Amino acid sequence: MKAKENAEQDLNSVSRRGFFRTAGAGAVAAASVSLAPTVASADAKMMEAAIMKATGGAKTKSGRVSMKTPIIAENGGVVPIIISVDSPMTDADHVKSVSIFVQNNPNPEVATFNFTPACGQAEVKVNCRMAKTSKVVAVANMSDGSAYRSEKDIKVTIGGCGG
Amino acid sequence: MASARLKVPKKAKKGDIITVKSLIKHKMETGQRKGKDGKKIPRKIIKNVTATYNGATVFSADWWPSISANPFLSFKLKATESGTVEVKWTDDNDKVVSKSAKIAVS
Repeated sequence: MKAKENAEQDLNSVSRRGFFRTAGAGAVAAASVSLAPTVASADAKMMEAAIMKATGGAKTKSGRVSMKTPIIAENGGVVPIIISVDSPMTDADHVKSVSIFVQNNPNPEVATFNFTPACGQAEVKVNCRMAKTSKVVAVANMSDGSAYRSEKDIKVTIGGCGG
Repeated sequence: MASARLKVPKKAKKGDIITVKSLIKHKMETGQRKGKDGKKIPRKIIKNVTATYNGATVFSADWWPSISANPFLSFKLKATESGTVEVKWTDDNDKVVSKSAKIAVS
């Protein structure tokens, strides 16, 4: 009972932010997706390998990267993601790139965004496809070689990779 | 390719951070879908988006099939001088579509 109430609360608070239209009771029911822990999977290993490649081997630290995502995506074909990185974006100190990964997609890589100080601010908004409920990771590479990451779990009710 | 849109504020003050919004109509065929014959439909996506500001590359994106169809993309740009922002979309066959917009910076 309480879990369902919380799910409804999440649904309402996210819809206030306007991420998606309220889907009503049906979506809440559908959103009570199995919360069984994911098997430490080939998917996770593949994603971590892709992340290592994106950072040139630098270990990712937490912080500086924030992701705005829906908690539940009713349409896995269009999941809006906003990524912001805390950085002065000067020649001396800026974000070089940000990469997005969706762990449970057929291929974990989604996009890499390449910034210059001319951007003034490291922020992007893009729509991604998610095949199913998955961890989503944003990784930022800084001009000093350091790397940071942010992770979110996004529940998907109808998958969107077309497979 | 297909129709594209680019939105940039018409005016800005020097030093302002503006938002550039882009949209292009494209199936972004993932390569995962199966056709009526049961065979996978080959991948065909926009693989790169590059933005220039008065000719200098300021931002770019490399895309994989996990980007949604009819991809929307927005990013930030520091307004430094009047001129043109251009966005080029390149697909897997290296076909390019471009759109440009002018901005007056005072």
